[in-house]
Amino acid sequence: MTNWKTKPVYQLLSDLALSYNISMKIDVPRVAKLANLPLRQEEKGKFEKQLSEILAYVEKLKKVDTKNVEITSQVTGLENIKREDKIIPSLSQEEAISQTKSQHNGLFKVKAILE
Amino acid sequence: MNLNQLTIKEAKEGLKNKKLSSFELTKACLKQINKNKDLNAFITVCEKEALEQAKKADELISKRQDLPLLGIPIALKDLFSTKEIRTTAASKVLENFIPQYNATVVEKIKNAGAIIVGKTNLDAWAHGSSGENSDFGPTKNPWNKECVPGGSSSGSAVSVASDMCLAATGTDTGGSIRLPASFNNIVGLKPTYGRVSRYGIIAMASSLDSIGHFTKNVEDSALLLNITAGKDPLDATTLPNPAEDYTKNLNKGVKGLKIGIPREFVTADLDKEVKSAFEKSIEVLKSLGAQISEISLPYTEYGIAAYYIIQPSEVSSNLGRYDGIRYGNDRSSFGDEAKRRIMLGTFTLSSGYYDAYYKKAMAVRTLIKKDFDNAFQKVDALISPVCPTLPWKLGEKINDPLKMYLSDALTVTVNIAGIPSLSVPAGFSKNKLPIGIQIMGKQLSESLLFQIGNAFEKQTNFYKQKPNL
Repeated sequence: MTNWKTKPVYQLLSDLALSYNISMKIDVPRVAKLANLPLRQEEKGKFEKQLSEILAYVEKLKKVDTKNVEITSQVTGLENIKREDKIIPSLSQEEAISQTKSQHNGLFKVKAILE
Repeated sequence: MNLNQLTIKEAKEGLKNKKLSSFELTKACLKQINKNKDLNAFITVCEKEALEQAKKADELISKRQDLPLLGIPIALKDLFSTKEIRTTAASKVLENFIPQYNATVVEKIKNAGAIIVGKTNLDAWAHGSSGENSDFGPTKNPWNKECVPGGSSSGSAVSVASDMCLAATGTDTGGSIRLPASFNNIVGLKPTYGRVSRYGIIAMASSLDSIGHFTKNVEDSALLLNITAGKDPLDATTLPNPAEDYTKNLNKGVKGLKIGIPREFVTADLDKEVKSAFEKSIEVLKSLGAQISEISLPYTEYGIAAYYIIQPSEVSSNLGRYDGIRYGNDRSSFGDEAKRRIMLGTFTLSSGYYDAYYKKAMAVRTLIKKDFDNAFQKVDALISPVCPTLPWKLGEKINDPLKMYLSDALTVTVNIAGIPSLSVPAGFSKNKLPIGIQIMGKQLSESLLFQIGNAFEKQTNFYKQKPNL
């Protein structure tokens, strides 16, 4: 079931926990960091409790046998939908930057990414 | 009867026969909005613009112009981008955002001649079942101001139920149109996924979001879908099937139609009064000649669990764009429910958990969809209650997110399968709280749903009852 050679350690641990029906505790600070979501210290405990309850509830999916079941990511059955390659009017530069708080010479101004 | 209580069809006739003007009609709606500010149905009211548009509509009518919604006042859920009109998604992140373009549906409704009276309140980003998650304060139920109106399209439902407009738009990702429609004694349509364009509507969960509307009766719902349905090159998931005249089967009745009752939807925890209203509805359909039978949708009980993996996963991705750089405030402005869903989705998509949660839920999605496919081999449509409970008290579930999520147990599977569902009024509790039933059909069966809904409505006439305001 588990391919021990190709999986990283944290995934092996999560596989192991899942296969023994141990509920995962969500690491709120780590997830918030991944989502670039600033949290206040006092929020962390509350969210940890609420999210753990929700995760405990969704564990019930484990009871469903999904061996050989294809996944469904969309329900329309449409494939390779393309628009005609035609130039159509677009927003002007002025309109495009009209909603930003931070601009310079008609461009979005952002914080430096590289030091 | 006040002008603002008219249906779209009645108002159109009145306008055509010069019995009323769009200006008078729009003014009556605005008066009702201003008189009932305590319901908190609107985030933005476009009073001046609406009256100007109404005058223009009256001029066009006097020149015998005929457009399907000419002069009809309509409200928009504040998730629909409106050019030059603030669009907030009821979140502090977008409290000052003024879109540069209209959503396709807004463009279609405006081109049909409608008057936009304002932007309605909602659970921020459409995250919620009660209307209480708005950063602009909760909306209240006009039938009992201590109760929730249902969400997430709370303000749109309340605006129609309170006659502040003749119809309103909504979005339904897990029940956000049907649930508030049923809590307000009005008609709510969740169309087939892809039937109505999502372009320009702030995205919640892109594989589930359906764009629909609230009306006072079934016929108006069909009239409005005639305008909003169709392929849009700006939304690649819109279906290529040509839009039809959705009013064509309205009066065909239900005689001989096979209607199934999904056994798994009528569980022990169903509220007694909801159950009793549902059973009476079955009797009505039987008396009209429908053939009722029991059907099994065995994977229903996994609906909420699958939904609360798929939906937050897509939410975490869609809300990733709000960085405060190009527009809006930064990510510290998100409210609690958005934060919960972003974190839940980030977790279920993160390396190491993706297979166990996200992929598993997508496989269960296949099974839920198959349940419906099998059912529609045997019956033409399915009926069930919309919500397992009556409208609850404001504040009752707000600190228990899981309990709130379970209110959608009877609505989410429709979104998971991408099929259409119509919520229609089905009576009241002894304390005069509205109860609704939903009629579900296979993909693109909207005309049939209107046919069944209209037959039921003509027999019961619940929609004619109004809240005391």
